[in-house]
Amino acid sequence: MTAVVRTRGLSRHYGDVTAVDDVSIEFEQNRIHGLLGRNGAGKTTLMSLLTGQEFASAGTIEVFGQSPVENADVLSHVSFIRESQRYPEDFQVRHVLATAPRFLPHWDQEFADRLVEEFRLPVKRRIKKLSRGQLSAVGVIVGLAGRAPLTFFDEPYLGLDAVARQLFYDRLLEDYSEHPRTIVLSTHLIDEVANLLEHVVVIDDGRIIVDEDAETLRGSATTVVGPRTAVDAFVGTREVLGREGIGGLASVTVAGLDADERRDAAAAGLELAPVSLQQLVVRLTGTSEKEFEKSA
Amino acid sequence: MDEGRPIFLQIAEQIENDIISGQLPEETQVPSTNEFAAFHRINPATAGKGVNLLVEAGVLYKRRGIGMFVAEGARARLIDDRRTRFADQYVTPLLAEAAKLGITPEQLSTMITERSTS
Repeated sequence: MTAVVRTRGLSRHYGDVTAVDDVSIEFEQNRIHGLLGRNGAGKTTLMSLLTGQEFASAGTIEVFGQSPVENADVLSHVSFIRESQRYPEDFQVRHVLATAPRFLPHWDQEFADRLVEEFRLPVKRRIKKLSRGQLSAVGVIVGLAGRAPLTFFDEPYLGLDAVARQLFYDRLLEDYSEHPRTIVLSTHLIDEVANLLEHVVVIDDGRIIVDEDAETLRGSATTVVGPRTAVDAFVGTREVLGREGIGGLASVTVAGLDADERRDAAAAGLELAPVSLQQLVVRLTGTSEKEFEKSA
Repeated sequence: MDEGRPIFLQIAEQIENDIISGQLPEETQVPSTNEFAAFHRINPATAGKGVNLLVEAGVLYKRRGIGMFVAEGARARLIDDRRTRFADQYVTPLLAEAAKLGITPEQLSTMITERSTS
């Protein structure tokens, strides 16, 4: 396996604020990576650093083995779909779609045309007049049809309805299967994309707190529910990721349990519930699920 | 796909179920990894992992350039495997729940006989 992105001790400070803090990660080639975290956790700053649109305060970045800063050779292989991409004042949708191929040598016009139709994008409308969802669709189309060997999607679905989001996931999977490439997907809607990801990075307060295969994370935590005393006795000295309770009932999330431990829990009359990737991220980034969904 | 269990195991189980039920007869071709991925909306690498699990177990075999096929004798072997796991997976939890409710193994046995003859 080759890493197309490699950072070592990467940091970015803005005055007193540390947006990215000592990050050392790798993104392996031709995988779909999830970059997850709360608002303001540092996701966008990290992606801006990796695409040469921000300067590092400390540490090193290698993209395809080289620094991405002012490096046309590297950047021709990279596409960064920003959440709030700016376009020239008078641009219509078709101008964006005509300009993008100049920067994206792997552009597939037929694919782009098909996506425009499927997303029902009015190509002659001015970008400024588009709805939030249509604006997101422009980014999604540029990101998919561009087929850059390294593509970053930063919250690509804002304003997209459920049908359009599903369309995005389906076309992403389909096209990725036929044209494998490295995708980094930054998103709040973790439940929706969890099954698409092969590798998950969770960033919190600028630091990487999870860097793991998606399959390893899945089932890595379990919620134990039952009478408080029984739950506490079972949990013992285990690492607790989250704890909730009401009256005499407790619900505690702990790190992975093996088959024997599951049997013990069942014998003690405790209920075991799986923890989804979204719930896990919520537990790890220390916020209640409700708050998390609100911030999406 | 249910949460909390590795998806590749679920994919493997589904293929096994289809072989056991006869939906995928021996020597027929199974869908490709990409078809599984698109259908279940999962990462192709994950689907591939599930398929490979069955290749390693000799349930599926690869025909170069064509695809994956169900091996001869796969169905009988899968049924054998499932039978050995049956007690652990179904009988043990059944007894545990029965004990919780004060149902004795004898009563349970009577219930099973009644159900299966009615």
